[in-house]
Amino acid sequence: MSALNPSVNGALPGLHRIPVGRLLLPTLAIALLACALFALCTGAYSLGAKQVVVLLLAKLGLVQTDAVSMQDNAVLFSLRLPRVVFGILVGAGLGACGAALQGLFRNPLADPTLIGVMSGAGLAAATVIVLGAVWIHGLSRILGPFTLPLAAFLGGLAATTLVYRVATSEGRSPVALMLLAGIAVNAIAEAGIGLFTYLADDQQLRNLSAWRLGSVAGPGWRELSVVAPVVVLSVAALMRMAKPLNALVLGEAPAGHLGVDVQSLKRRVIVLTALCTGAVTAYCGMIFFVGLMAPHMVRLVCGSDNRLVLPGGALLGALLIVVADTVARTLVAPAELPIGVLTALLGAPFFIALLLRNRREWGM
Amino acid sequence: MTRIARCVWISAGLLALIGSVIAADGQRVVAVGGAVTEIAFALGKGGSVVASDTTSTYPETAAKMTKIGYMRSLAAEGVLSLRPDLVLATAEAGPANVLGQLRNAGVKVEVLPATHTFENLRDNVRLAATAFNVEADGSKLIGSLDREWRDTRRDVAALPGAPRVLFILAHAANRLLVAGTGTGADAMIRYAGGVNALADVQGYKPLSGEALVQAAPDVILITAEGITALGGPEKVWELPGVSLTPAGQHQRLVAMDAQYLLGFGPRLPRATLELARRLRAG
Repeated sequence: MSALNPSVNGALPGLHRIPVGRLLLPTLAIALLACALFALCTGAYSLGAKQVVVLLLAKLGLVQTDAVSMQDNAVLFSLRLPRVVFGILVGAGLGACGAALQGLFRNPLADPTLIGVMSGAGLAAATVIVLGAVWIHGLSRILGPFTLPLAAFLGGLAATTLVYRVATSEGRSPVALMLLAGIAVNAIAEAGIGLFTYLADDQQLRNLSAWRLGSVAGPGWRELSVVAPVVVLSVAALMRMAKPLNALVLGEAPAGHLGVDVQSLKRRVIVLTALCTGAVTAYCGMIFFVGLMAPHMVRLVCGSDNRLVLPGGALLGALLIVVADTVARTLVAPAELPIGVLTALLGAPFFIALLLRNRREWGM
Repeated sequence: MTRIARCVWISAGLLALIGSVIAADGQRVVAVGGAVTEIAFALGKGGSVVASDTTSTYPETAAKMTKIGYMRSLAAEGVLSLRPDLVLATAEAGPANVLGQLRNAGVKVEVLPATHTFENLRDNVRLAATAFNVEADGSKLIGSLDREWRDTRRDVAALPGAPRVLFILAHAANRLLVAGTGTGADAMIRYAGGVNALADVQGYKPLSGEALVQAAPDVILITAEGITALGGPEKVWELPGVSLTPAGQHQRLVAMDAQYLLGFGPRLPRATLELARRLRAG
């Protein structure tokens, strides 16, 4: 393989470390489950592990209990549980999208935030928040709860397509060009969001700024019933791109010779990432860094085989969000920190440490 | 001896009675919004307030109690962890879905409208008194506020002139906003018999030096917090354009505590009169 394209060696630094990889996914899955359970038992409201187990069993009809207070029930089933579920969806979505985009652009800096998918989705969401009541009132009446995610999806799709068009010439997307295109798209989106900030009334302004800081506290079950299918389906579909994305590492022409329909692969990855990022962004706002960091951490541990990086990125992303959110809602209780601040604060130093340890291997 | 003993028994009985009344009334209230908290304390229900938000800075007891964060970014679980029976919140509190989540958890949430008028204050006192089950105290408080307000209006009307006032909102030194119409500052300036120098602007807008010179205010009004954010009163004159206005030439600056000036709570009559006097002083 490396005879076909010498740069492949540089791009696949750790393919020999498969044994680690075999353990990675089960380990991550178990860790995610443990963290999710821990998150369910933690919070400002005193509702410990024992009560949570009783409430869960009672909900499933396995245990009869009359000592269930309405407030305990509400805290667990309409505050904590949707929050943890949404956190998992957000993290898995962003992690998988980051991994897929890095595979598609064949460079490690692609990420839903850096290349503008998220700010594109953000601009669209801001449009809906500020102009929604006036301009697209009829539309939002027809679409109901789908208005915001749909708008965010279209915004994300437009941004990704634009970046891809600008950054790709003759089938290659050089890092610098892609990043610059991403910066330009981000700048446009930022300007748009800035304009809406200026136009917004007081209440909309608060909604906007809360939304920009990011939070997984918002959605209840109704919103989750919209987001969950979109994220689950698009993440599942992205998982199936692992093999073709592995082939794409060799370059578009060799991938084509290996039987990969490169153009269709690109289209599918772009649409799926926009769909997934859009749905997630519409409700959680801007959560930076997870889409970049999660797949990288996986890659640094077990190499860049997309069959591991895609699911590993999704699992690790979910894990990061769940942990960050648990810290966010307990650190300053009874108040709460914005989660976007924490993902960067917790993640970035760890990421830098990983980079420093592995930088020779990366050859960057 | 027997008389003393009887006195002791009677007082003990009275104490027990008072104790049981307090226990029966052991309402746990979370107050959200500076004016709301002030109203609760003015109604004598400060003892029931178990937590407040960061805008509740008066009275001192309220400033020092457990804080649930900023009123616009409440956390449902955090509020529930205080086990309140009642959340008494200003209409500015949010996010809206958090208030919904609190209601779903069986907590009574009473939202008090927040417009910048004396009438709104009266309505809120009545709503709060109903929520606390102290309607009689509410009527009493409204009565005394009405008298105070009538006196304030009379005193303000007797003051000479109508100074042009510019309110600067400075939360951080690098982001200054000035108050147009439809803001709390605008309402206060007009109650104090002044003229808002930026009456042709809507809401809070970023400060532009030229627009400032054009507005030609006689006095700059700012919050005490704003002075701190800027780094001292002398910094006001270094803001672009300010030194070219009449206010800048005569160094006319009035700084008042934000919650006192813009809270529209029970201290409104006092704050209005103080503002009116200080706008015209020296």
